[in-house]
Amino acid sequence: MARIAGVDLPKNKRVEVALTYIFGIGRSSARKILASTGVSPDTRVHKLTEEEVTLLRSKIESDHKVEGSLRGEIAMNIKRLMDIGCYRGLRHRRGLPVRGQRTSTNARTRKGPRRTIGAKRKK
Amino acid sequence: MSRSIKKGPYIDPKLLKKITAMNRSGEKKVLKTWARSSTISPEFVGHTLAIHNGNKFIPVYISENMVGHKLGEFSPTRTFRGHSGRLTARPTALK
Repeated sequence: MARIAGVDLPKNKRVEVALTYIFGIGRSSARKILASTGVSPDTRVHKLTEEEVTLLRSKIESDHKVEGSLRGEIAMNIKRLMDIGCYRGLRHRRGLPVRGQRTSTNARTRKGPRRTIGAKRKK
Repeated sequence: MSRSIKKGPYIDPKLLKKITAMNRSGEKKVLKTWARSSTISPEFVGHTLAIHNGNKFIPVYISENMVGHKLGEFSPTRTFRGHSGRLTARPTALK
């Protein structure tokens, strides 16, 4: 059972994929971590030796911002935008798309489920 | 596409000149500006600029955090007053 950065890695997956279960590590950085630590990306997680696990753990701790601290950083960045009152901050406050997308239609990811406002009907 | 690093940030030359003059003399007054596309440089911190939004000038106090943003980001150009029929909460069903 390998536990890295507070996340249990799935046992039967290749390490390359298993590392991506950590928030902040995708395929690309997983590959970089494995290359720099010399662990083969094809080994299954349950076949990792203790040393390899500690090696990966220390590598991730020293060079990567993951999980809680990464989430905190993202939240801080958004909070900064909201505090200085710039356009992007205003869009975050209102829960609307930040990067200039159209809002006449679509934008459902940011706006959430449709809230229909009763359309005015003539008699 | 972002601006070439070779060129450096775009800072409105006239505005920068006025602000450095103000920094040197130590006086502070609100500067009106139309240079919305100008990047906020560290010299601007602590000043209040009145940034045009196409209609009127919005006074903005420049703080440390704003360095690197553009002036126009702090002076919204659109007024959204809500959609029609929004205030009449849920009109009763008509026949």
